[in-house]
Amino acid sequence: MGSQPRLVEVRKNVLKQNDLVARALREQFRAAGVFVVSLVSGPGSGKTMFLEKTLTLLRQSYRVAALVGDLATENDAIRLARSQAPVKQITTGTLCHLEAAMVRNALDGWNLNDLDFLFIENVGNLVCPSSYDLGENLRLVLVSVTEGEDKPLKYPTIFNSADVAIVSKMDLAQAVEFDWHSAYGNIQAVRPGLQVFKLSAKTGEGIDEYLEFLAARLNEVRATVAL
Amino acid sequence: MHELSIAMSIVEMAQEEAERRGDVQVTAVHLKLGALSGVVKEALFSSYEMACEDTPLQGSRLVIEEVPVVVYCPSCRAQRPLNSAQLFCCAACGTPTSEVIHGKELEVFALEIQEWVHNPA
Repeated sequence: MGSQPRLVEVRKNVLKQNDLVARALREQFRAAGVFVVSLVSGPGSGKTMFLEKTLTLLRQSYRVAALVGDLATENDAIRLARSQAPVKQITTGTLCHLEAAMVRNALDGWNLNDLDFLFIENVGNLVCPSSYDLGENLRLVLVSVTEGEDKPLKYPTIFNSADVAIVSKMDLAQAVEFDWHSAYGNIQAVRPGLQVFKLSAKTGEGIDEYLEFLAARLNEVRATVAL
Repeated sequence: MHELSIAMSIVEMAQEEAERRGDVQVTAVHLKLGALSGVVKEALFSSYEMACEDTPLQGSRLVIEEVPVVVYCPSCRAQRPLNSAQLFCCAACGTPTSEVIHGKELEVFALEIQEWVHNPA
């Protein structure tokens, strides 16, 4: 008296849970008028120094805060706190990427209405973060000149999921004989139309242009909400 | 990529669906896996077996339908297959495009279920 196996439709995204939380966060951010930027890159690309510079400079005109994810240590949060902006560390233990629920939990106790910009520094990883929406307005992918011009070709998925690319550590470009045209070409090859900024957090080269871009995006979002 | 945690989410999702349908046995899980999903098929197969251990899904099959990347070409005004992840452009006319229509899927789209077969006492 066995029964025949039958096929039933499910059609559910495996990462649906994360997407739901991210969607709720996105709505919260929109309602509070805070512009959220997430940063992804490989380990050692200069994310933290770049973010520290961003926070220090933006703080002069805007209310900013940051969340930073790492497997272990609070070192990055301590460094970022030097900017005087509110910073919280998310330690993931063994998880190789941030998920929306972790961001939601970390924001507990902060009033989003008091912020203009929220930065979320992801775990240093060019693979796993690509699948996890954090509710951000903008995703920056960072590659440094010391990582080679073909990095984008090796990690097309994360570049495809990004909205802006940052080429960092330009102060070292000459020392490593960095080929800017090749790097830019590779970025455009895997993600046509991606806006790219080249800069050095150390010397400040290119930072102004990038900060102006952020300010413009914030105004754009605020203008739409006001309509 | 962390295929084991993805596999565990798949097993959890399949179990929930089975329970909603009156405690049936899941004999197979059909998954759509996009080429740009970031998940590797082979790693997922081995992780799936591990994830099913000691659950009602133990012994079930994971059936993976690979979804190739399809992009939208603004010049052709049509959907086109993507030949290479290293060069996002229309396969027909070469126009660069980053608009992905298919290829990021990680979706449980069906389950094969049957009544539990109980051995006579």
